[in-house]
Amino acid sequence: MYSFDPTDEQKLIIQTARDFAAKHLRPLAHDSDEQSALPEGFLAASWELGLATGAIPESFGGAGMTRSAVTGALLLEELAYGDLPLAMAMLVPALVAYPVVDYGSNRQKTEILAALTAATFPRVTAALVEPSMDYDPADLGTRATLVDGAYVLSGRKCFVPLGTNAETFLVYAAEGGPGLDKVQAFLVPRGTPGFTVGSKEKNMGLRAVDTVELVLEDVRLPAHARLGESKGVDFARVMSYSRVAIAALGVGLARGAFDYARDYAKERKAFGEPIASRQAIAFILADMALEIDAARLLLWEAAWQLDKGNTATKETYLARMYADATALKVADNAVQVLGGHGYIRDNPVEGWLRHARGLSTFDGMATV
Amino acid sequence: MIDFEQTPAIAQMAAMMRAMATHQMRPIAREMDENEHADPTPYFEFIWESTKGYFKENSRPTGKATPAPVGAQPKGGSGPATGQARQCVIIEQMSWGDAGIYLATPNPGLGGAAVSAVGTPEQKERFLKRFGEGKPKWAAMAITEPGCGSDSAAISTTAVLDGDSWVINGSKIFVTGGKRAVADSEGFVVVWATVDRSAGRAGIKSFVVEHHTPGMTVLKVEKKHGIRCSDTAAIVFENCRIPKDNILGSAAVAERGEGFKGAMATFDATRPAVAASAIGIGRAALEYVQERFEKEGLSPRYGISPQKLTARERDLMMMEANLKASWLLTLRACWMGDQKVPNNLEASMCKAKAGLAVTQVTQKAVEMMGPEGYSRKLLLEKWMRDAKINDIFEGTQQINMLIIARRILGYSKDQLK
Repeated sequence: MYSFDPTDEQKLIIQTARDFAAKHLRPLAHDSDEQSALPEGFLAASWELGLATGAIPESFGGAGMTRSAVTGALLLEELAYGDLPLAMAMLVPALVAYPVVDYGSNRQKTEILAALTAATFPRVTAALVEPSMDYDPADLGTRATLVDGAYVLSGRKCFVPLGTNAETFLVYAAEGGPGLDKVQAFLVPRGTPGFTVGSKEKNMGLRAVDTVELVLEDVRLPAHARLGESKGVDFARVMSYSRVAIAALGVGLARGAFDYARDYAKERKAFGEPIASRQAIAFILADMALEIDAARLLLWEAAWQLDKGNTATKETYLARMYADATALKVADNAVQVLGGHGYIRDNPVEGWLRHARGLSTFDGMATV
Repeated sequence: MIDFEQTPAIAQMAAMMRAMATHQMRPIAREMDENEHADPTPYFEFIWESTKGYFKENSRPTGKATPAPVGAQPKGGSGPATGQARQCVIIEQMSWGDAGIYLATPNPGLGGAAVSAVGTPEQKERFLKRFGEGKPKWAAMAITEPGCGSDSAAISTTAVLDGDSWVINGSKIFVTGGKRAVADSEGFVVVWATVDRSAGRAGIKSFVVEHHTPGMTVLKVEKKHGIRCSDTAAIVFENCRIPKDNILGSAAVAERGEGFKGAMATFDATRPAVAASAIGIGRAALEYVQERFEKEGLSPRYGISPQKLTARERDLMMMEANLKASWLLTLRACWMGDQKVPNNLEASMCKAKAGLAVTQVTQKAVEMMGPEGYSRKLLLEKWMRDAKINDIFEGTQQINMLIIARRILGYSKDQLK
């Protein structure tokens, strides 16, 4: 039965996230970007909200909220509407929490989820993306080989968020040839011999989140470091959740850019009239609104497929492809609507354009 | 709860229509394109016989005001309304079969929809009963004139009350199904005319003109780029007299143009239907190309790095994503319509998106198949020609973008021209 109406519970989550974004994300966006650092106390404040790990089961100390990709998509849109880099930072614990909830052995759950339900922001992160133009999640350069009952990992990672302070890294590596089904995840503690955490990366956008490069040179790990141990993870499904998350972040960013450009176009006058009263501008805004709705519906449908239990590789892939492109196009058009003012860093739109370009580069985000 | 599951009733209807489209429409699609304006008589008779019962049920004065063109309505049935969504599923499947033949299907069409929406019980009985009996019939809608297209408020056809008759004078063009409605069958055409030119929009009313009424002449049938099975008529009215009670709605010239607004509101239901038809054509083209590539061992690799996709894979994926987005926007507009929630913005969104998406999808499909795609041996080139009309009729893409822009900006037509 078709319906496009979120549940009452989802509406409450949307409202909570929207209020948080208006209070704690948007006002801090500009300065954190300029300073390339998270605002002081930001992670602690976001942690108290409990949104990133709320769906950890009660048996492991979590809030046991209903897990739903659709709900996650609704929530992430609101956070990214506030600010994409800050939203990404506060979601980092989820990158580890949900693969552990879904695939971890009892021992791993007990160990890792304890940190993820503690009072302070957990020092964990995940590493998927690799520093190569050939980077492909279905054909990772980082390899894991089983040698004498131990896993040996070699390769390089980048875009590892909040890596500077992380103590535990969930590192994705290929066991054998190409294919999503060949990828497994490994828990790597900082300080493991052969494992180097690099210095902070300098990127075009998303500057507030510190991201690092990792080098793995014959890193030897015990067999129980493999997430899910002998069962492993369903990486295709992990990636589908990730695509839904990134698509939702893209839709949120695009909606923020659209709202800003629309309000500006109604205020800004040229030739005695608001520029929005000219079709040249009005049609750009109409196209933005239409494409944001199109991207959101593709995203919802893909998330709904995941919630039904399907892996939905195709649906999530198309939804993300569409949302990435929409976010970039909408952010670019927002800069265009503001003209010269859009190019100046006093206005947020140029920042949104820089962030939007990063969306298609990032991988391995998590819905919550 | 956000849900994309088809109800079993709609899914069953979709399967039935798919079978009908496969067996009754596809096999004659090329022939009906090459022989412009020929009648696919066996199809007409088949579809007329299978839908007569439905229209009989729904043309009674107490019948539901639904413009559903074909297909049997499930009996009884409580629960949430799904009429518009169901209608769009049917239209999408039929247009997958053939959009020209779909548009030529004998049914109450837009003219009947206008009667259903604003007619009195007596008018519904008088004008709609015929769709449940006798031979195939059509009803058409005449809005566009040689001097006005999207600007329907500029209509110059006049209706003057003279005793017990309205006397209609003027010229109408682009009347979809006009010839079959008034010259080939015992149907009718709903004509938009002004009763007071000085009143602008407020003076525009709609009138039912019966088939073969003296003073009404089908001047010509247009030769078109596509949808050639569907007749597009030019009709002239010269002192054409119709009964006084053939006016739809009130004859009074409302002060603020409420009547015109009411007439425009019917577009909120018909635009998703046009979007659905567009998407059916687009899906036909995409499915064909996908199947051909699959035979060559070229299936899009969902899941790999987007940078590694070939141009063909990327094209196929974007075609699919755009069609799917158009369909979801259409379903949303239908869902809102079914809930009686105002959907003017969403109806324009789905129409604007689908019209453009399908134009691009079908053009790309021809391109991707190379010389084969351009050949009239395949249906791809026909689908490209058929698709384009959806970017034009029922409000061009640009008119719909203008409506969207006004809605999102909160601007009136004077603030955004």
